[in-house]
Amino acid sequence: MSDVVEKTLSALPGLFDSQTGAARITSRLRQLVKSITELTSKNEEESLIKQELSSMKEQVSSPNTSMMREIMVRAMYCEMLGYDASFTYIHAIKLAQQGGVLEKRVGYLAVSLFLNEGHELLLLLVNTVLKDLQSTNVIEAYMALTVVAQVFPKDMIPAVLPLLEDKLSYPKEIIRRKAVLALYKFYLIAPNQVQHIHAKFRKALCDRDPGVMTSSLHIYLQLITESPDDYKDLTGSFVTILKQVVGGKLPVDFNYHNVPAPWLQIQLLRILSLLGKEDRSTSELMYEVLDESLRRAEMNHNITYAILYECVKAIYTIHPKAELLEKAARCIGNFVLSPKINLRYLGLKALTYVVQHDAKLALQHQMTIIECLDHTDFTIKRETLELLFRITNAQNVTVIVEKMLDFLHGCSDEHTIIHLVGKVAELAEKFAPDNSWFIQTMNDVFSTGGDLLQQDVPNNFLRLLAEGSESKEEDDQLRLYAVNSYLTVLKGDASHLPQRFLQVMSWVLGEYAHLQESVDQREVIRLLTQLLDQRSVSSETRVWILSALTKISEGQTDLILDLAESLSSSQDTVLRQQAQELRQLSQDSQLYEWVLPRGAPWDSMEVDSSLSFLDGFVSEALAAGAAPYKPPHQRQEELCEDRALNLEPYSFSLPVSLSSCSITDRQSPTLLSVSSGLSGNSTELSQKAGSSTLILEGVKRVWGRDGYLRQNETTAPPVDEPSAAVQPSGQQEAAERLEPQPEPSTQNQDKLQLASSLFVGLGAGSSMSLLGKSEAPPPRFRKKPRPHESSSSSSSGTSERSSDSSSRSSHSTTDSFLYGSLLEEEPATSISAFSHTPKSSTANGLAQNKDTKEDRRANTSQILGGDMVIVRPNTFQDKHPSLVSSDLTALLPADLKDLPHSDVISLTSDPSLSLSSCRLFRDEALLLVILISNCTETVIKDVAVQLTCEELETASLRGNVMNCLEGNSTSVCHYALLMDEPHTNVSFTGTVSYQTQPGHTNTLSFSGTLSAADFIRPLVVSTEEYGKLWLSLSHDVKQNLKLLTDASDPLRTTLNALKDALQLHVVDIIGSEGIVACRLLSGAPCLLHCRVNGAALAMWLRSPHPALPDCILYHCQRALAQH
Amino acid sequence: MIKFLLMVNKQGQTRLSKYYEQVELGKRAALEADVVRGCLARRKEECSFVEYKDYKLVYRQYAALFIVVGITENENELSIYELVHNFVEVLDKYFSRVSELDIMFNLDKVHIILDEMILNGHIVETNKNRILAPLLALDKMAES
Repeated sequence: MSDVVEKTLSALPGLFDSQTGAARITSRLRQLVKSITELTSKNEEESLIKQELSSMKEQVSSPNTSMMREIMVRAMYCEMLGYDASFTYIHAIKLAQQGGVLEKRVGYLAVSLFLNEGHELLLLLVNTVLKDLQSTNVIEAYMALTVVAQVFPKDMIPAVLPLLEDKLSYPKEIIRRKAVLALYKFYLIAPNQVQHIHAKFRKALCDRDPGVMTSSLHIYLQLITESPDDYKDLTGSFVTILKQVVGGKLPVDFNYHNVPAPWLQIQLLRILSLLGKEDRSTSELMYEVLDESLRRAEMNHNITYAILYECVKAIYTIHPKAELLEKAARCIGNFVLSPKINLRYLGLKALTYVVQHDAKLALQHQMTIIECLDHTDFTIKRETLELLFRITNAQNVTVIVEKMLDFLHGCSDEHTIIHLVGKVAELAEKFAPDNSWFIQTMNDVFSTGGDLLQQDVPNNFLRLLAEGSESKEEDDQLRLYAVNSYLTVLKGDASHLPQRFLQVMSWVLGEYAHLQESVDQREVIRLLTQLLDQRSVSSETRVWILSALTKISEGQTDLILDLAESLSSSQDTVLRQQAQELRQLSQDSQLYEWVLPRGAPWDSMEVDSSLSFLDGFVSEALAAGAAPYKPPHQRQEELCEDRALNLEPYSFSLPVSLSSCSITDRQSPTLLSVSSGLSGNSTELSQKAGSSTLILEGVKRVWGRDGYLRQNETTAPPVDEPSAAVQPSGQQEAAERLEPQPEPSTQNQDKLQLASSLFVGLGAGSSMSLLGKSEAPPPRFRKKPRPHESSSSSSSGTSERSSDSSSRSSHSTTDSFLYGSLLEEEPATSISAFSHTPKSSTANGLAQNKDTKEDRRANTSQILGGDMVIVRPNTFQDKHPSLVSSDLTALLPADLKDLPHSDVISLTSDPSLSLSSCRLFRDEALLLVILISNCTETVIKDVAVQLTCEELETASLRGNVMNCLEGNSTSVCHYALLMDEPHTNVSFTGTVSYQTQPGHTNTLSFSGTLSAADFIRPLVVSTEEYGKLWLSLSHDVKQNLKLLTDASDPLRTTLNALKDALQLHVVDIIGSEGIVACRLLSGAPCLLHCRVNGAALAMWLRSPHPALPDCILYHCQRALAQH
Repeated sequence: MIKFLLMVNKQGQTRLSKYYEQVELGKRAALEADVVRGCLARRKEECSFVEYKDYKLVYRQYAALFIVVGITENENELSIYELVHNFVEVLDKYFSRVSELDIMFNLDKVHIILDEMILNGHIVETNKNRILAPLLALDKMAES
C-alpha cells in the first residue's frame, strides 16, 4: 500500500507536507529525501545531516522495530553523503535478527553496506545467519546466503560451510545459485577452506539450471587463471555450454535485446582463451565455437560488439588458426571504422592487444589511427598512443615519441603523465637513433614528468650512462653530450626544474664534467653552487649537488673551502656534515685520491649485494625475535591481500611490468606460428623460412617502407599463385577504402606522410626481423650484464637497489671512509687484522675455500663500514698445496673413513708446521678434522691444539695433544661439533703450540668459518609423513628464489643443486611442485615446499625452530647464486 | 572487475553509491566529486569511457542522472556500458517508468536489485525476471 502512496508522491513532489495517515511511517524519510533534493550548499548539507543524525540517535534508543527499517535507510543516506553513522551498525544487525521479512532484508543490506570484512560487529551476525540458513523459509535462506556472499568473517567460515554445501542440492535454483556464489566468496578470502569441495563446483557447473551454471563460472574463471593446466579437461564442457548459449538454447528471458545471455558468453570466452593459451590441442577444440560466435554476433547492437571484442581477443590469445585470425582481423576493421565513437574506442583497444601478436595489422588501419591521434577526445587519443607504443621500432621511434611528448605537454592528469612518461623513457632507451636525440628526449621526460616520475626512470638512465656499452668511446660521447646539454640547461633559468632532473644533472656533472675539456671546471662548480642557493631546491637535491661538487672539487680548494664555510652554519645537519667531509677531502689530496679514484672503471667497484656482512647482525636480531625480512614483492603480495580501492595519486608498479611490455619480449613462439598459419604452411618445421617468404608474396603491398605505394605501381598478386588465398580480404577492403583520392588535399598528404613515418618498419619487408628475437635489431643501449643479478624475476628489486647504490657509489665510499674507525692506512691492513694470523700472506690461504673467501670479503667490508669494497687483486700464492683426499683417508681412523667429507683446506702455516682442516659429516655431529703436518726434517715436540667456538658445542675431541711429531709427517686431531641454535655462519679460532727446541714454545693461531650447511642433514621421510609433519610445524617463511632455468627440467635441476649443496632430502617432485626435508643434525626438522612460479622458485619453509628456516633459506639462496 | 557503481545527478549530488572494494568513508566524497567532474566535462560526441587513476570509468546518462561504473583495465567497457542499461531497464520494469525520485525514495530496494546483479564486483545475474524475483517475493510477503 505504501508503494501506491509513494508512486503518487513521486509524481506530486509538491504535496510532501500534506501527507498523513499511512504515509506517516516513512514521513521522516520523506522529509529527509525532500530536504536533500533542496540542498544548495555543502554547509546546508552538513547541518541537515547533523540534525538527522541526532534525531536518529534519539529514535534508536526507543525499541520500536517498525521504525527501524526507515532509520536504516536514513543512515544509508548519511553514510552515502560521507557522514559517520556508526551508532546504527549494531541496530542493523539487530534488525537482521529480529525484523520481519522486508526489515530483515534491509537489516542485512545495511550490514553489507556499512561493515567491511574485518569489522568486529560481524561476529554478532553469525548466529542470525546460521539460524536463517537453517530456516525452512526460502526467502530467509536466500537473504542469509546473499549476505554471506558479501561480507562474512573469515574465521567463522567453518561454522557455515556444511550448511552451504547442503544448499548446493536445494531444490530451488535461487538457493543453489546463491550458495555457489557464497562459496566463490569463500574461495576468494580463504581458498584453503573450500579445497575439499572442488568436486561440488563441478556439479554446479553441470547443474540443470543455467543460472547455477553461470554462477559456477566465476569460480572457474578464478581457478583457471591461477592454474590453467588443472582444468584442461573441462574445455569440452565450456565449449558445449557456449555452443548451446550461442545457438539460443537458453530460455528467452536470458536474452538481452535478442542476444542470448551476452555476459555469459563473454565469461565463457574469457575462460576459453585462458585454457587455449599456448596449448594447441586444447585450442583446436574451440575453433568451431569461436567461429560460430563470430558469425552469430552480426546484429548491430553494442552488446554484440562487446561479445565480438572478447571473441577477437580469445582468437588472438589461443593457438592461432589462419582462418579465424583473418575473420577476427576483419572484425577489428568493423570496429575501428565505425562511426560510433564507443566502438572505435573498443576497436583501438582490440588493435592494441592484437598488434602484440601481429604488428602488421596496424598497417591496415594506419589512416584511422592517425585520425584518432588527432581526435579531440582525450580517451581516444590516449588509447591511440598506447597502440603506437606497442608498434614502436627503431625506425619510427622519433615520430611516435614526438607524438607522445606533444600529448604530454597538453595533459594535466597526473596519473596519465606518470604512466606515459615512463613509456617514453622506455622507448628512448630501447630505440634511440642517436645521442643527441636520446639526451634531448630524456631531458623532456625529466622536465615533463617532474617529481611524479617513478624513481626507476632516473635510476635506469643513470645506470645506462654509468655502465655504458662495450665501446668506451661511444659511452664517453654520450656522457659528453649529456654534460654539454646540462650545462646549457643550467645556464638558463633552473628555478622551475623538477628536483629529480636537478639530481640527475648534478650526478652526471659530478661524474663526467671532466670529459668536457673546453669548459673550465670552475664554471661547473659555479653553476652547481648557484643551484645550492636557490630556495626551490630541496634538501635531498642539495645532497646530490654537494656529492657532485665533492667529485669535481679537485684542485679548486679555494672555491670549495668557501662553499664548505658557508654551509657549515646550515640548519640542515646532513648538509653540514657533507660540508665537513668536503673540507676534509679538499685539504688532503691523498685521501681524496683514495676515496674518489678518478676514472676508475665500474668493474673495479664491487658491491656486496647480498649484504652478507650483515649476517651476524641479522641472525642476532632474528634470535632476539625480530620479524624476518620480506622481499618487496612478497610485501606487495600481502598488501594486495587486503587491497582497497587505491585513492592515492598513483601506485608504484614494479618495473617488472614495464619490462614485460617491451615488444621484443613478446616475440613468443606463438607469433611464429601465427605467421605460419597465415601462410597456410602446415609443416611446423619450416615455419620460419616459409612464413617470411610467403607473406612477402601473399600480402598485397599497399604500404611500403616509404609509405603508401600507389595502386598502379603495385602489381597485384596473380590469382593462381598458391599463396593468394591467404591474403586477408579485410586487408584488401581496408586498402581499397584507404586508397587516396586522385588529388589528395594537402591535409591528406600530411597525413600520408605521417603514416609513412609512423608505420615504417612494420611492413612485410621488415616482418622477418619481427619474427624472431635473435633477428630483432639490437637495442642501441645495450646494458652490460650485471654480475649481481640473482634472478630474472627478482631483478627488478635487485637492480634497483644496486643501481641505487652504484649511482651513489662515490658518496658512500666517502661515508665509509669518514666513519670507518678502523681505517688507518689502507684496506690491506684491515684484512690482516681480521685473520689473526702472523702473516698476511698465509691469511690468503683461506681463500681456497670458496665460502671462506666470500666471508673474508664480507668481513673486510664490515670493517670498512660501508657496503662498497674496492677489491684489490689477489696477490697471494698458495705455497702449501692442499692434501688430496686419498692422503686424508689414509690418515683418518678406521671408523671415520667412510663418512662423507669436504675438501681439505689449508688453515695456516709457518716454517715448521702447516695446518689444514676438513669437515666430516656424521649424522649427529660435524667432525672438524685438523691435520697438523710437520714441514721440517726434525721432530717437533709437545704439539697441542686448542679450538674455541662460542656458538658451537664441542662434544668430543681426540688427538689434540701429541708428544712428538716426526719430520715430514702428519697427525690428525678431530672435534665433534654440535649446533643447537641455528647460525648462518660461525667462526672458530684456535691455536697450536709446539716446541722445536726444548723450552722454546711457538704458537701458531688459526681461524676458520663453518656454515650452517655443514650441520644440515637429510631427513628421510615419506610423502605422507611429510604431510603430517608439515601441519604440525609452526614457524614458516616464504620466499621466492632463483630457478635454474638452463636445464630441461628446471625444478629438478634446482632441487638437485640444493641437495648437493645442502644435503637435503628430496621427498617427492610432483609436476611443478617439490617437497624437500632436512634437519639440523639430529635435532629440529625443516620442511621445504617448492613450487615453480614463473621464472622463480617459490619456497615455503616450515620448522619448529624459528630461526632455522631463515638460515636454510640463506644457504639455498647462496647455493643457487653460486650455481 | 567492477570497483564501484555510482548514480549521480547533473549537480554532482550522489543518489546511490556502491563500492565493491573498501574505500574509507572520508575519501568517498572526494572520489565521487572527481568522478562526476570527469564525466560532466565530456561532450556528447565523445566516447563513454574515461581513464581515471588506475581504472576506467564507464558512464551513461539518463535524463539528469549519470550512472558511472569504475572498472579495472581488463574489463570489457562496452559490456559494462550495456550492463548499466540493463540495470536501468530492470529499474524501469520494477518502478514502471523510473525517475530520480523513485530511486531516492526506494534507496533500499534499488540496492537490493543491484545486489542481485553485481556481487563482489562481478556480474552475477542479468536475467530481468530472476533479478526481480526475490524483491517481488519480499514485497508480497510484506503486504500480506
